[in-house]
Amino acid sequence: MSWDQLWPLVLDGLWDTLYMTIPSTILSYLIGMPLGLLLVVTAKSGIRPLPKLNAVLGVIINFLRSIPFIILLAMLFPVTRAVMGRAIGTQAVIFPLVISAFPYVARMVEGSILEVDRGVIEAAQSLGSTDLQLILKVLIPEALPSLLNGAAIVTVTILGYTAMASAAGGGGLGAIAITKGLNLRKLDVMYVAAIALVILVQIITISGNHITKKMDHRKR
Amino acid sequence: MSSKVLLEINNLSKIFADAENRVIALNNISLTVNEGEIYGIVGMSGAGKSTLIRCINRLDTPNEGSILYRNQNILDMNRQTLLQTRRKIGMIFQQFNLFMQRTIAHNIRYPLEIAGVDRKTADQRVKELLEIVGLEDKADAYPIQLSGGQRQRVGIARALASKPDLLLCDEATSALDPMTTQSILALLQDINRRLGITILLITHEMAVIRQICNRVAILDGGRVVEEGEVDEVFLNTQSEAGKRLFGVLPERASEDPDVPSLRIVFDGTAAEEPIISRLAVETGVYVNILSANMNHLQGKTYGQMIIEQPASLDEKHAVISYLTQQGLTVREVNKQ
Repeated sequence: MSWDQLWPLVLDGLWDTLYMTIPSTILSYLIGMPLGLLLVVTAKSGIRPLPKLNAVLGVIINFLRSIPFIILLAMLFPVTRAVMGRAIGTQAVIFPLVISAFPYVARMVEGSILEVDRGVIEAAQSLGSTDLQLILKVLIPEALPSLLNGAAIVTVTILGYTAMASAAGGGGLGAIAITKGLNLRKLDVMYVAAIALVILVQIITISGNHITKKMDHRKR
Repeated sequence: MSSKVLLEINNLSKIFADAENRVIALNNISLTVNEGEIYGIVGMSGAGKSTLIRCINRLDTPNEGSILYRNQNILDMNRQTLLQTRRKIGMIFQQFNLFMQRTIAHNIRYPLEIAGVDRKTADQRVKELLEIVGLEDKADAYPIQLSGGQRQRVGIARALASKPDLLLCDEATSALDPMTTQSILALLQDINRRLGITILLITHEMAVIRQICNRVAILDGGRVVEEGEVDEVFLNTQSEAGKRLFGVLPERASEDPDVPSLRIVFDGTAAEEPIISRLAVETGVYVNILSANMNHLQGKTYGQMIIEQPASLDEKHAVISYLTQQGLTVREVNKQ
């Protein structure tokens, strides 16, 4: 296949990939971030221990995380159809992507927040912070570098999942590599799509690292 | 100094218990802190002092007793009142516990932010506080760029932002070198005098107590074993823990000299002068110094000295009577 034919194909795939990845990442954080915070806050050693709620949350998150994405995708067909209007296609696949990614986000956020020094939290408490002030003005800002680093990892993971979206009729670079490359024995298409994915992942990782470093004031 | 009671702790007990172990961290502790004083709680590690100070602003919850702050029991307060009270009780920490992602100015500003103080007032207050702790030029630095002593100054400024009446110091100088410790203690004393803020500090270092505290409680095994004016407690230490902390007793009996000797205790009341040289001149007895552990603080001499007993009884009595006249406490030491 000539570059004139390949180029629009790759651009098209890139657009579809971003179209799935970016909204999925944002929506996963909208759900996963509060859940991650809730996990930390309600833990036994947290600032508002609620052991039962914490245990229930933990079970749900672990359950969702243990189902492989490709299987979750199929299991969710009826729900996806109800929520998104259709079960397959680039747009529809955002729903299972979010369902699969938000528990992962919750665990990532939990890990980042847990890194905040216990003493710093106590200092904030000693100054008369409300729980909300503690979360918004101390926990999140203090964990920010780690949270951003986690966000880059989550984005790359969701990007990886989008490649499997071809199984549900989704587009994107992954789908092009499989349906228009591998299945049609057009190896050049497969390689070009794969290389485009690699470059995309590199860009996300490098800029993620860069922003993380810039935001981290714990190093001189 | 006003003797109005600011903080009154009554019969406070705290027990840490799990399935197997039961540790009594605080055992029926009662003490009062008056307005305007610097009150020290001293004890070895594990004595319970950290648990005690953390109970005062309810970072830890005791099992029994009451903590009256301006006659209100902190342990009975609802959440809202507790938060308001915490803003009137500042706290500084051994590890400083600064917000690492905030600049120095924003660390100090935090208490004002959460109290909803308007921007202009807050800016002004942060500026004042930076001046008080002598860090005007570090406003835009981050904590990581500061030395330990500077970080503790930021901790102090942050604790003072909401104009507290009481400052709790949790081993505030224990992570600092001796020079820096001196400057932080001087700052605390300055804050106490100039701003009239009552200070309650805990430490394992007797020097800290002797240097800036008015009154002291000695904590041992979760109990207050001695309490009173610092000079008084030092002079008449009764408890084992007190004797160990003040260095009045050798930590091990083997450190006692083998020969009959005299222990001279300097409690800060004796005039600062070469007492042993004067002894020789005045009594004509030349004594042999076996060991000495002396501290000079604020123009006062504290510590102990062990000298060999003169051979003759007359000389011994002359020495004892001279030293006693000078305001020193003298005891005979005879190894068993």
